[in-house]
Amino acid sequence: MLTSADLDTLLLTFKVASIATALMLLLGTPLAWWLARTHSAWKGIINAVVAMPLVLPPTVLGFYLLVLMGPAGPVGQFTNWLGLGTLPFTFPGVVIASVLYSMPFVVQPLQAAFTTIGEQPLEAAATLRASPLDTFFSVVLPLAKPGFLTATILGFAHTVGEFGVVLMVGGNIPDKTRVVSVQIYNHVEAMEYGQAHWLAGCLLAFSFTVLLVLYTVLKTQPVTHQLK
Amino acid sequence: MPVPNFTRIFITATLLQFGHESWAASVLVAVAANFSKPMTEIAAEFEKATGHSAKLSFGSSGKFVSQIENGGPFEVLLSADEKGPQKLEKSGLTVQDSRFVYALGKLVLWSAKPGYVDDQGKILASGDFKHLALADPKLAPYGAAAVEVLKKNGLFEKLQPLFVQGENIAQTLQFLITANAELGFIALSQVIENGKIASGSGWIIPGDDYTPIKQSAVLLKRGAENPAAPALMTFLKSAPALAIIEKYGYDLPK
Amino acid sequence: MTQPITASFKLDYGAFQLAVNLELPGTGVTVLFGHSGSGKTTLLRCIAGLQRAPQGFLEINGHVWQDSEHNIFLPTHKRPLGYVFQEANLFPHLTVSANLNFGLKRISQPPSPMEFHHIQELLGISHLLKRMPDSLSGGERQRVAIARSLALKPEILLMDEPLASLDIKRKQEILPYLDRLHQQTRIPIIYVTHSLQEVAQLADHLVVLENGHVLAAGALSDTLSCVDTPLAQDRDASTVWKATIIAHEADYHLTRVTFAGGILSLPVIDAEIGTPLRVQIYARDVSIVLEAPVFTSILNVLPATITGIVDDNRGRSIVRLLVGDQMLLAHITSKSAQLLNINLGMAVFVQIKGTSIIN
Repeated sequence: MLTSADLDTLLLTFKVASIATALMLLLGTPLAWWLARTHSAWKGIINAVVAMPLVLPPTVLGFYLLVLMGPAGPVGQFTNWLGLGTLPFTFPGVVIASVLYSMPFVVQPLQAAFTTIGEQPLEAAATLRASPLDTFFSVVLPLAKPGFLTATILGFAHTVGEFGVVLMVGGNIPDKTRVVSVQIYNHVEAMEYGQAHWLAGCLLAFSFTVLLVLYTVLKTQPVTHQLK
Repeated sequence: MPVPNFTRIFITATLLQFGHESWAASVLVAVAANFSKPMTEIAAEFEKATGHSAKLSFGSSGKFVSQIENGGPFEVLLSADEKGPQKLEKSGLTVQDSRFVYALGKLVLWSAKPGYVDDQGKILASGDFKHLALADPKLAPYGAAAVEVLKKNGLFEKLQPLFVQGENIAQTLQFLITANAELGFIALSQVIENGKIASGSGWIIPGDDYTPIKQSAVLLKRGAENPAAPALMTFLKSAPALAIIEKYGYDLPK
Repeated sequence: MTQPITASFKLDYGAFQLAVNLELPGTGVTVLFGHSGSGKTTLLRCIAGLQRAPQGFLEINGHVWQDSEHNIFLPTHKRPLGYVFQEANLFPHLTVSANLNFGLKRISQPPSPMEFHHIQELLGISHLLKRMPDSLSGGERQRVAIARSLALKPEILLMDEPLASLDIKRKQEILPYLDRLHQQTRIPIIYVTHSLQEVAQLADHLVVLENGHVLAAGALSDTLSCVDTPLAQDRDASTVWKATIIAHEADYHLTRVTFAGGILSLPVIDAEIGTPLRVQIYARDVSIVLEAPVFTSILNVLPATITGIVDDNRGRSIVRLLVGDQMLLAHITSKSAQLLNINLGMAVFVQIKGTSIIN
């Protein structure tokens, strides 16, 4: 059976994943939009940087974050200067690490969706008096909905399953940074296979439910938009 | 489906051929991460002395145990503790009576900052730090030893909220090197160079503060027929090997 | 709006350069004609502000939309224009009704319900309002797109080959709507096409573009009959006359129409006397005689003056003539031109073998 410590890790995991997904959508949307439309020479570089976590082993990325966010690292010195202390071993630290690590899973589907929309609907909107910002909300967002759906699901799922980075940056502190993937790993390492099975089963069931809801609810929503 | 007899003979003969191609055989060894440096040196000496070679795989002892239980290809296990080899013994995966302690691990309280940890570990009681790093006591023997030390000194309750746990001692060392944790418990072998602590500051904890960390070796059944495997077991007890083990800050088994 | 439109743009994409300096009338349909790569769409997009020419000046209805010297550039969404794209470009996530309403929510003076209804009737889309764009035919989509831009009460309507993506049947379906649009609204229209048929049917004014430069610009009949444009040299080169029905000769199944150069007899037209129409005369159907023929089967023989001759060096002469006030193009063989010894200013007669009525 699940212990209360196991339940705590489940709860914490979904808290991390929800907040991280919201942040990724917030930051990833303008980034993906820029990447989809720019002809800047920076495009290739930024694309590569965003995709880095796909290539880097999570523990390596985690180690670099540990260095960057630590008291000697530039980010750590900045957060110290702000009076926030350093980020490793804290809940915000884990969220930030998750955001960086799962970002390509949010940015890439969005970028693809924006690219698919193309220039034409934007030009049509401009000739119908819609400013660029207006166009983004009234035309781009509804047209890119499948992309947002994919981005949300992938971002969330990947954060839930994410392990190596959190292990590195989190320090395995109950209720603060001990997420479910770390807990399962610990159970397996400690040869507590029964508990590992239970927790993994719960994780599977919960994730499946969340994804199912996202897919069905968001997909079946009618596309008609009533304008007055 | 029954395999025709001549085919079976042919396959067996071929495999034997490969297995005994020459007297200089090769042994696949699973090595606990904390023993990676000394073992690399020992393997080189082993090759010089016997002509056999040792292929080393480094990782956490717990992971090796589950891999071996599930058909992992290792022939010798150098574990960080006694528990893993004992478990494999019970599962009947080892060569009888082959287990022995090859080194006694030494625990150190260490900080990357020079002069931070005093040679009596009084800093622990003063408690003027935010994070105390240690390896997960459930998984790593050095973590369990650290908890013992704290309990014995009556500091466990007070310091537990400051724990940050690495999955193993390698990760714990990373917390310390990056200065994200001010101090922590690791293996002396991780920070020793030429017989003394190379950088930062540390307190080598007296052996009677914790149960000895009996790093144990065991010969696995898979390696029973390979001449290089028992040869390595023997070589681990030889004088050149013991000298290397001692150089890396381990106590020698009595 | 009657103030002329001033449009002058210069841009350089290396392989393609646009350099135009145009004064266009503030009424009627101005067609920008040219082959692909001639710059006609680029010019239209510059007028709309969808593309920004580094050097440009654009004044419409007394308002400056672009003046690069004073760093003025009104972004597209602030220009009171309507734009119809080659592909209808309806928003796929919105119903027809929501597509029509998209722009209305964003203008200060939307049309009255009456006007709005009238626009829907004009384009015959009232029955489509609840449909989604992907359930419409190509022609229906394009009609919705035109209505969508008209509903904004634009000061100018820009149309970029609105029929190009439609098959012949759909084109025929939509052309009458464009005609009605032409006749019933006072909005000046700039219309891009590479189809001579659309030119003949819709243009009041014609601008011929080639390689980013203006080859000819002016009233339709003048421009059509410029002998040295590709238009005049095309196998299907033609002239279009505006005419009015004056009589029917029921016995002969003929209809008589009057135009600025005289009177023509045409195969019977089922329309009332006084109906305006356009008569298209293909240059290959026009022949030239030096004296008025006494006996001929051809009904339409008119006096004319030769105002231009160009030999295409492939055995054909393109001759421009003035019939009354109207220009006319004739394609004759170079040999005939030599035998007749025609030259500029010469008075001749033209025989028109056939005509086609456009509307």
